[in-house]
Amino acid sequence: MAVSTSQVGRPAEPKTTVRDVLRRMSSPLLFMSPAVLLTTVFFFVPVIILFRISLTNMTTATGLKNYEMVGFENYLTILSHPNTRSNLLTTVKYVVFTLCFFNVGMALVMALLSTHVPRRAGFVYRALWLLPRLTPSVIYIMMWKYIGANPPYGILNRHILGPLGVAPADLISTQPFLFVVLTNGLIGASFGMIVFTSAIESIPQDYMIAALVDGCTLWQRIRHVILPMISWPLLFVTTYQTLSLLTSFEQIMLLTDGAHNTEVWALWAYHRALNNYWGNFQWGFGSALAMLLVAIGIVMSIIYMRFFRFDVLVQEPKIEAL
Amino acid sequence: MTLKQRVGKAIPLILLTILTIPVIVGYIWILISTFSQRTYGLIPVDHDGNFGGLTFENWSFLWNDPNIWNVTLNTLNLAVLLTVGVVLISAMAGYALSRISFPGRKVFLGGTLILHAFPSVTLLIAIYFVLRELGKIPVLGKGLPFIGGIGYNTVGGVALVMVALQLPLGIWLMKGFFDNVSWDMERAALIDGCSRLRVWWEIMLPSIKPGIAALSIFTFIGGWGAFLIPYTYIVDQEKSTISAYLRGLQGDTAPVNYSQIAAVGLFQLIPVLIFFIFTQEYLLSIFGGGRKGGT
Repeated sequence: MAVSTSQVGRPAEPKTTVRDVLRRMSSPLLFMSPAVLLTTVFFFVPVIILFRISLTNMTTATGLKNYEMVGFENYLTILSHPNTRSNLLTTVKYVVFTLCFFNVGMALVMALLSTHVPRRAGFVYRALWLLPRLTPSVIYIMMWKYIGANPPYGILNRHILGPLGVAPADLISTQPFLFVVLTNGLIGASFGMIVFTSAIESIPQDYMIAALVDGCTLWQRIRHVILPMISWPLLFVTTYQTLSLLTSFEQIMLLTDGAHNTEVWALWAYHRALNNYWGNFQWGFGSALAMLLVAIGIVMSIIYMRFFRFDVLVQEPKIEAL
Repeated sequence: MTLKQRVGKAIPLILLTILTIPVIVGYIWILISTFSQRTYGLIPVDHDGNFGGLTFENWSFLWNDPNIWNVTLNTLNLAVLLTVGVVLISAMAGYALSRISFPGRKVFLGGTLILHAFPSVTLLIAIYFVLRELGKIPVLGKGLPFIGGIGYNTVGGVALVMVALQLPLGIWLMKGFFDNVSWDMERAALIDGCSRLRVWWEIMLPSIKPGIAALSIFTFIGGWGAFLIPYTYIVDQEKSTISAYLRGLQGDTAPVNYSQIAAVGLFQLIPVLIFFIFTQEYLLSIFGGGRKGGT
């Protein structure tokens, strides 16, 4: 089956004319061109612009015209910057904790649990877990601020910590990292949950019935039937969510705005380039910070591709010759 | 059914319930808060801190503030444009990447994965310049009815940016779904002389309806609740979205009326919930259908 029909069906093709090539390429061109066009205009062109800006000293003070090319000076500044170490550490901690416990871990647990209860109940729980993602970030973060707020308002202080005798406190400032992971994790988990659920429900019933007839335990069914059948969605979710956590900052910005040692790298770049209270936007320095994020993202996604045997998953299509 | 089996069946339900409690607490507060003068924990209280204080006052924005209907229409516009754009373009590219061999296919697949690593924060600065250039195109730039155009400070421009930024997700998801469709029907159609476009439209798309529904859900939600990108690229208040409007409510120096913001939030949440429940039903039922050609 792995042999492509082009090799079998057309053993000896004497000459390939331009028309042949055009005819063969017309459908991929048709299908790919909108995606290629948009990707070029909104990914590649901006990255080139970004890289160029990162080599300049462009700030509000210099304006968009009177800047100078300074080479890699911005990158050298990052190396010696006093905040670099702590912001890097915060970012790594934030990505690892959120990914393991929520975006993949909790997502898989929720998908498995909700597909092993009556269909109706599974639907209700999945709907509830989608709520954080549906909710506008402004409202969602306001909710969490209220949950962690001082007494008499805060829900945790009022209903759980208060009765337990824990001293009242503004939990957002005393446990900022916990709240950062929780807020982002509850949003992130729903993505994997939906994708995993679709994948689990797409597994042909025959496999499950066969496993049941053979007397498989629940764990054996998960380990040897479900997990291998959803390897593609697992690859997709893990990769996509790592990179998306690495670059996300909207919730953190709304929750702590980087205070209490929660300034992740992406938020740092944003603060420098677009939003700080000095009013002097350091476009050059911010772009350099962001370019490093791009580099880290590329390296990480390549590691993921190797780890999940990407080359096997992108096997060649079988009917391209028709 | 023995007692042990019953307990075994109940365990997943109990686990689900415990795990879900933290998710819903905030929403219970929002529900209570929108109808209360203020709240202590989850308890509605009046201005003196006594139990009670229920009111409909927080909803007065619906008839007092003409802007809310304006921004609601803009938000709907943005969400629909985004959904149609993302689903159509990623279904096309996903099909080609899954079923057609062409030079650059592997590169594009790997590239799509890496594309998402581009942090949107960095693109915010650079895309600003791109949108300004697009805005200079006559008519298309900023003269279109309804969506404004595709340049800076237009709903269409924001939609275009968001479509582009969501394409890596869409293409990968669609490709994964196309990979799972049996080859037989497609092969038969192609042998019978069907064009690729027709195969895609009449055979492949109906086969991956669950995938399309899943992608639509996420895209629509993304567009409806979008904050950062519309907030950055739309400067005129009458062109902005509900999220930006909400941000405006909080931005005033006057004491923040959280109960009123919660009411606006609930207002924004209701259509999404209806949309989601409707699609989820569809999603669940489609798996029972006998569309599989023979895997």
